[in-house]
Amino acid sequence: MLKYLIEKEFKHIRRNKFLPRLILFFPTMMMIVLPWAANLDVKDIDVAVVNRDHSQLSGKLAEKISASAYFNLSSVSESYNNALKTLDKGDADIILEIPEGFEKSLVKEGNAKVLIAANAVNGTKAGMGSAYLVSIISDYSRELNNQTITRGIEIVPQNRYNPAMDYKKFMVPALMVMLLTILCGFLPALNIVSEKEIGTIEQINVTPVGKFTFILAKLIPYWLIGFVVLTIAVIIGRVIYGITPQGSLFTFYLLASVFVFVVSGFGLVISNYSNTMQQAMFVMFFFMLIFILMSGLFTPVESMPKWAQIITLFNPMKYFIEIMRMVYLKGSGLDALTRQISALLGFAVLFNSWAVLSYRKSR
Amino acid sequence: MMNEVEQDRQQVIKVEHLTKRFGHFTAVDNISFEVYKGEIFGFLGANGAGKTTAMKMLCGLSKPTSGKGSVAGYNIEKESESVKANIGYMSQKFSLYEDLKVWENFRLFGGIYGVNDKEIGPRTDEMLAQLGFEKEKNSLVSSLPLGWKQKLAFSVAIFHEPKIVFLDEPTGGVDPVTRRQFWELIYKASDRGITVFVTTHYMDEAEYCNRVSIMVDGRIDALDSPRNLKSIYNAANMNEVFIHLAGGSNRKAD
Repeated sequence: MLKYLIEKEFKHIRRNKFLPRLILFFPTMMMIVLPWAANLDVKDIDVAVVNRDHSQLSGKLAEKISASAYFNLSSVSESYNNALKTLDKGDADIILEIPEGFEKSLVKEGNAKVLIAANAVNGTKAGMGSAYLVSIISDYSRELNNQTITRGIEIVPQNRYNPAMDYKKFMVPALMVMLLTILCGFLPALNIVSEKEIGTIEQINVTPVGKFTFILAKLIPYWLIGFVVLTIAVIIGRVIYGITPQGSLFTFYLLASVFVFVVSGFGLVISNYSNTMQQAMFVMFFFMLIFILMSGLFTPVESMPKWAQIITLFNPMKYFIEIMRMVYLKGSGLDALTRQISALLGFAVLFNSWAVLSYRKSR
Repeated sequence: MMNEVEQDRQQVIKVEHLTKRFGHFTAVDNISFEVYKGEIFGFLGANGAGKTTAMKMLCGLSKPTSGKGSVAGYNIEKESESVKANIGYMSQKFSLYEDLKVWENFRLFGGIYGVNDKEIGPRTDEMLAQLGFEKEKNSLVSSLPLGWKQKLAFSVAIFHEPKIVFLDEPTGGVDPVTRRQFWELIYKASDRGITVFVTTHYMDEAEYCNRVSIMVDGRIDALDSPRNLKSIYNAANMNEVFIHLAGGSNRKAD
């Protein structure tokens, strides 16, 4: 029985003018384009330097800033007000003011003050920009100190597992999670709702096909497609970004299948309660937004308010993004992931039993 | 006299006090009847009289609120999956897969009902030959005209040789010639011993049935052969019988 139904599903997918292309094109584009776009690195920050000191040391500081890859020296002026105007116009993102007597106090007293003013309309750029600028300045002061006396505490940051803090490494595994959610969770669910809309599901409900068989026949083709696409994504990750899973591929696929099981069940629950595509699409869109924004994909869960952190505990995507990053970047094995795996298994059992119980052949 | 003959025959559908309520609305109100093997049973009624609801209960698609019934020897409530294995169903909404080819629809439904894999191919050819559709074997169903689709849907519904086939307004929107051809298919199936349970709005079609029931406001108000009904209500044709009975309806047509 199952054989005929699966055959039918593949025929539907193949005959659809749009779907096969979407299934291949969408993940490929997502993997090729998004890791570059979804990048939190801030570059090309325009700095307006207000140099009121006109000394050798202040000139060197300005030079050092403009030499950095992160900054463009947009203007050097003598009045803070002029610099503020460029900030108003958007020609500068940050103002660095070097006050009069900078060199003198640095040489005499061993320290000096500078002022940093950032345009915080774009919070990320302002925050990161100021931080970079501070680190350049402290670098500079270290250089000066080395020439005289070494003192203070030197901090050497080291980013383990992603040494260059490359955001692409962060994004690639997370994008794979989104792909699996859409292909294995939402597509089969929409497919079931479309059979409801057309009315063919009634013809199936009046046959001896069990609900379990019917659901399984809907899922299996998308599971297969999901894993083919995941493999394509792994290959793209390796070829374009040079990112290979540090953990074993077996662990990777095994845990991916657990996640696929979770999202399939979730999609089915939605499909059981939706009578129209419109309704199903809207509900999915709603949950997709919550899942993504509360998963730690773009912003770390730890920096969310307490109540939001509690909500993330109920987000299966959060656990799988953690798993993916750990397997991909840290090379963690199953033993390091027991918390995430048990959470996912719990979700899988919950959603799938709910889906089977709420599917009705008769009403 | 008629009754004695009927009792000799095997009952394939038996319904007692079947009722279906949706909230305060009683769609099917305490109906009882029997249908015999090989019979063509017309299930008439105005729009909204409760025909489709009653039929869905018989097919195991809908659970009765009260009353009981058996179809092909199985309880419609407790053994609905066994009922489903023994019936064919053609819904009001055209329900073959439009994006599958003609032979693929036969294969799918044949396979679902457990027809032997090797037998599906030859039986499909045979069925298409009877319909004169051999050339359309590889056409997508979506490319066929409505009348053809309906005949095809009927053939798919009886492909697995069910004991009973349920037809819900099978000829809606179809031209008179095709309707005539459709009824020839129904007769052929009936000759092979398949019981036909059919709803229709066309009173000329009611005349083709062995017996008809007429539903008004969820109740069965009349049940007999077309000839007897005409003599009881002193009517020239089934149209007059129907208007006489259904004219007293309190329910708004949908």
